[in-house]
Amino acid sequence: MKTLDLVWLVPALPLAGFVVLVAVGRRLGEPVAGWLATAACGSAFLATLVVFAALVGEDPEHRRHVYDLFEWLNVGGFEVQLGFLADPLSITMALFITGIGTLIHLYSIGYMHGDPKFSKFFVYLNLFVFSMLMLVLGSNMLVTFLGWEGVGACSYLLVSFWFSKDANASAGKKAFVTNRIGDWGFMTAMFLTFATIGSLDYSVVLERAPEMAPVTATAIALLLFVGACGKSAQLPLFVWLPDAMAGPTPVSALIHAATMVTSGVYLMTRVSPILAQSYTWGPEVIAWVGVVTALFAATIAVAQTDIKRVLAYSTVSQLGYMFLAVGTGAYVAAIFHMVTHAFFKALMFLGSGSVNHGMHDEQDMRRMGGLRKLMPITAVTFIVGWLAISGVPPFSGFWSKDEILLFAYDKSPALWAIGLITALLTAFYMSRLIFMVFYGEPRWGDAEGHAKGGEAPLEPTESPWLMTVPLVVLAGLALVGGGLNLPFTGDVHFLEHWLEPVLEGNERVIDVATGTKVGLAVIAALAGLGGIILAARVYLQKRLQPVEPAILAEGWRYDSTISAFMGGPGQQGFDAVATFDRTAIDGAVNGVAGAVRGGGKGLRLLQTGFVRSYALGVAVGVVGLLAYFLTRAGI
Amino acid sequence: MIAIAEVTPAWYLVLGAILFSIGTVGLLVRRNPLVMFMCIELMLNAVTLTFVTFSRMLHDVNGQSVVVFVLVVAAAEVVVGLGIIVALLRKQPTATADDLNVLRG
Repeated sequence: MKTLDLVWLVPALPLAGFVVLVAVGRRLGEPVAGWLATAACGSAFLATLVVFAALVGEDPEHRRHVYDLFEWLNVGGFEVQLGFLADPLSITMALFITGIGTLIHLYSIGYMHGDPKFSKFFVYLNLFVFSMLMLVLGSNMLVTFLGWEGVGACSYLLVSFWFSKDANASAGKKAFVTNRIGDWGFMTAMFLTFATIGSLDYSVVLERAPEMAPVTATAIALLLFVGACGKSAQLPLFVWLPDAMAGPTPVSALIHAATMVTSGVYLMTRVSPILAQSYTWGPEVIAWVGVVTALFAATIAVAQTDIKRVLAYSTVSQLGYMFLAVGTGAYVAAIFHMVTHAFFKALMFLGSGSVNHGMHDEQDMRRMGGLRKLMPITAVTFIVGWLAISGVPPFSGFWSKDEILLFAYDKSPALWAIGLITALLTAFYMSRLIFMVFYGEPRWGDAEGHAKGGEAPLEPTESPWLMTVPLVVLAGLALVGGGLNLPFTGDVHFLEHWLEPVLEGNERVIDVATGTKVGLAVIAALAGLGGIILAARVYLQKRLQPVEPAILAEGWRYDSTISAFMGGPGQQGFDAVATFDRTAIDGAVNGVAGAVRGGGKGLRLLQTGFVRSYALGVAVGVVGLLAYFLTRAGI
Repeated sequence: MIAIAEVTPAWYLVLGAILFSIGTVGLLVRRNPLVMFMCIELMLNAVTLTFVTFSRMLHDVNGQSVVVFVLVVAAAEVVVGLGIIVALLRKQPTATADDLNVLRG
C-alpha cells in the first residue's frame, strides 16, 4: 500500500469525530467535546501533511494519485467511484482547510464557552470539515457535489445556530435558498458533462476536454460558474453572505471567509481545461463578473457600521478578485490569493470575534474605539491582517493581489483600473474599521450605551489564551504567506511550480517587461497607502468629513430591491405559478380520475338487475353473431 | 291422392328452430320465474333435438353422446333452479323475475 493511499484518512478523521460527537457529545460536554473535535481536525491536518510529504517525494509528472475507496453507483453505463484524488491542487486546499480549521476549532473552545449547545456546535463544525474535504478531494464531480451540498447544509445549520432569534433563522434559510440557485447550475453542468463525455471522473473529463465543441465547453464552464457564484457569493447571488454573519463568529471565519466560499474558485481552477476549450468570451464573463463584484462590494463596505458586515462585504470583494484571476487565466494567482486571503481574513474574523467577546456581543463600530490598549494581542494581530489586506508590502496580501492585477493589466487595462480602485477602497474601509475600533476615543461608556442596558459600564477585556493563540499563529501566516509565490525571478515561484502539473499549461503565460511589473507593483502599493492615509485623515485626525451615503450603507438597495420585487410582482408570479399548478397540473390528474369515475358510473347502469334484459342482451348477441357468420359463409 | 311428403331431417331441424324460438321469446316476454324456467328447458331440448338430427345426418355418434351430457346438466340445473324458485315463491307468492334485482349496479 502506498502512502498516498492514506488520502482517504483525511476526510475520514473529521467524519469519525462527527460520529463520536453525535453519539456521546452531549455527555462529554464542555470542554471535552471541543477538544475531541479539535483533535479530529488536527489529526486530519497531520494526515494531510503525510500525504503532502509523499506527494512531494514523487516526480512532478507523477504527482497525481487516485484512490478508490468503493464503488458508489453503477447504473447502466453510469459508474461512479467514491474516490479521492491527491494532486498538488487538492492537497494545497486540504492543507489550509485542515490547518486553519484546527486553529478555528481551538478558538471556538474559548469562544463558545458557556453556550448551552456547546457540543452541538462542534458536531456541525466537524461535519463541515468533512464535507469540505470531500469537496476538494473528490476524484469525480459527483463526490465534489456531495461535499458541495454538505458544506451548504452545514452553512445553513451554523448560520442559524442560534435559531431562537428570528433574524438568524431567516439568514440561514436565505443562505440555503440562494445557494440552491447555484446548485442548479452545477447540476446542469454535470448532466451536460455526462451527456458529452459519458463520465464524471476528473481524470477522464479533463483529459478529453480538448475534444469538446467550444459551445459545449462554454456552456459547461458558465454553468459551473453559476454554481460558483452561488457558493462564492458573486453578483448577482452574493446577498446571502452579509446576512450569514448572524452565525457564531468562528463560523464566519471558517466557512464564510476561509474555506467554503472559496470552493467556487477551487472548482473553476479544477476544470481549467474546460475553460481553456471554451470561447474566449467565456472566461471574460467570469473576469468581469469578478471585478465588478469586487468594486461593488468594496463600495458597500465603506459605509457599514457593523464590524462583521464590513468583513463580509470585504470577503465578497476579495472573492471577486479571485474570479478576476480565474477569468484572466491566472489560476496560480487565484489559488495564491485564496490561501493568503484565508490567512488574513480568518485572522480578522477571529479578531472581530475576540472584540465582540470582550465587548459583550457589541458589534456596532460606533460604540467601540480605543480598544488598542485594552486588548493588545487582538489589536496587534488585527493590524497585521489589516496591513495584509490593504496590500502593504511585504505582507502576504500585497504579493497575491499584485499578481492578480498584473494579469488583469495584461488582459485589459480596464480590468486593471477597476481592480486598482477596489484596492484603494479596500485599504480605505479596512483602515476605517481599524481606526474606529482600536484607535480614537472610547465610545462604549457614553450615554447611549448606558441608556441601552442601564447596566454597569462595559469593561472590555482581552480574550483567553485559547482565542489569542490562533490569532497569533494566523498573524504570523498572514505576515509571511507571501513567501509562497514571490514574483522575483528564479526558484521562488514555489506555488506556481507546485501547481504546474495540475494546470497542464492552461495557466496563461504573460510577457510583461520587468519595468512595467515593478511600476504596477509600486502603483498598487501606493493605492493601498493612499487609502490608508485618506482614512486616517477622515477617521483619525478628523480633518475631513466622513462620506457615508445612506445608499451605500444599504448596499445600493440591492437586497431590499430583491426583497421588494419578490414580495410584490415576484409573489404574484409565484402565486400565478401555484394557481397554474393547482388548476392545470392537478386538474389534469384529477380530470383523468374523474373521467374514469364518471365512465364507471355510466357503465354501471347496464347492470339493471332485470334478468330478462340480460336475456335480451344474450339473444341479440346471438342473433348478431349468427348474422355475421352466415353472411361471411354466404360470401 | 294425398301426397304424403317424405319426412326429411330438415323437418326436424325446422322443428328444433321453432321450439328454440318459442323458448327464447317466452323467456323474454314472461315474468313468472317458473314459466321462464320452462322456456329455458324448452330451448335446451330444442338444441338436443338438433344434435340428434345432425348425428343422424352426418352418421356421427358424437352428437348423441353430447345429448346425454346435456340431459345431465339439465337435471342438475333443475335441482338448483327449482330450489331457488320454490324458496322465492314461498317467501313472496306473487314474485316476478323483475323483483329479483338486488344485483342492480
